[in-house]
Amino acid sequence: MKARAFDYARPASVAEALAAFAEADGDASYIAGGQSLVPALALRLQAPAWLIDIGHIAELRGIAVEAGWLRLGALTRHVDAHDHPLIAAHAPLLALAAPHVAHPAIRNRGTLGGSVALADPASEFPAMMLAMGAEMEIAGPEGIRRVPADAFFLDLYQTALEPGELLVALHIPVARPEHRCAFDEIARRRGDYALAGCGIILAMSGGVVEEARIALLSVGPTPLRAHAAEAALTGAALDADAIRHAQAALMDDLDPPDAPEVPAAMRCHLARVLLGRLLAQIAEAA
Amino acid sequence: MSATLPVTLTVNGETLTRLVEPRETLADLLRRDLGLTGTHTGCEMGVCGACLVMLDGLPVHACLTFAVQAAGTEIATVEGLTESTVIADLQRAFHERNALQCGFCTPGMLIAAQGLLARLPLPSRAEIRDALSGNYCRCTGYEAIVDAIETVARRRAAGETAPAFAEEPA
Repeated sequence: MKARAFDYARPASVAEALAAFAEADGDASYIAGGQSLVPALALRLQAPAWLIDIGHIAELRGIAVEAGWLRLGALTRHVDAHDHPLIAAHAPLLALAAPHVAHPAIRNRGTLGGSVALADPASEFPAMMLAMGAEMEIAGPEGIRRVPADAFFLDLYQTALEPGELLVALHIPVARPEHRCAFDEIARRRGDYALAGCGIILAMSGGVVEEARIALLSVGPTPLRAHAAEAALTGAALDADAIRHAQAALMDDLDPPDAPEVPAAMRCHLARVLLGRLLAQIAEAA
Repeated sequence: MSATLPVTLTVNGETLTRLVEPRETLADLLRRDLGLTGTHTGCEMGVCGACLVMLDGLPVHACLTFAVQAAGTEIATVEGLTESTVIADLQRAFHERNALQCGFCTPGMLIAAQGLLARLPLPSRAEIRDALSGNYCRCTGYEAIVDAIETVARRRAAGETAPAFAEEPA
């Protein structure tokens, strides 16, 4: 369980990090918290010639609200999603999801940027980026670009990040007063990879759903927006009928892989149950 | 083999510099180079929790941090926390409640518990269990460990300071 030998660079700026990656001819990985990368190195699933440690780059830190967006530096740690007052106030869905991410010690070191860049389909934060309509700020040789979450997660562990590009920050539209959100997941044991998970943001007006954003994790190769379930809810009064319709519509959104230990029908069932529970929770609180 | 690099960090209050290979984990630095073998290495992939140390005051896996990444940080191992007696009451409660058998998981359990009580001084049993979800015990089971942590939470809340743990006379 030891990583293959590698060389180590610790750039002080994003520009230096990009240059270090270019110098390594692409045979490099960026490392931040390392809570997924270090196990992958220990198991030798990955063996880059260089590790470029971005953990000391000041530009990648910081949590701030600007013009309707919450900007989270890529090095924002999972534990900040738990505890930071700006996240609680402006991205409450992240705060709800944070306790479900791995275990406390992992959350003390893992970063939001790392989790989103890895794009593990079973991870909570990538799916919440979809639910929140976040935009990813990406630095590359050509400069800075911003990619919306809907165009960021492409396939299993594949994102819009090109080799060498660096995720700099997550931009999240700040929650509005009419937003109601809920998160839950079903895992065999707390902290294990979820069998299915779901985060919801509803814009409510007088008991009617004006806008719905629903994202699921662990139901396919990428985090998934539930467009059909969202459409079923939009414009509806959030009652038992609407919840049933949304649950039925969700089946059109899902096409999970069929595995012996978790058959596709079981994942669909769990996702359906979760959606029903969360919508009922929002309806009750309203 | 890649070149060794100097790394300067503070371990249990002492600032020191060592030459390390980049692939050397913080756990290996502590155990092999510094002889601090209270940090146990079980799975070496962040699953078992036996290698937890305090990094800048928060529990982290020493197996999931390369030593070079820990440059400039303050590390406290179970040895340091023992010497400073900040976990003396936890150690005493683990002892009283037989919350260990082989003891392999105990350093990680103590550090997880200390991290929990710093965040949440009076956790429920469910919250204690949740906080230990990344710490495996393969012999005693968790009941006694949860009991011990719950006891310490109550004692600390009542302002009781436990005398430092000392071995029972033979």
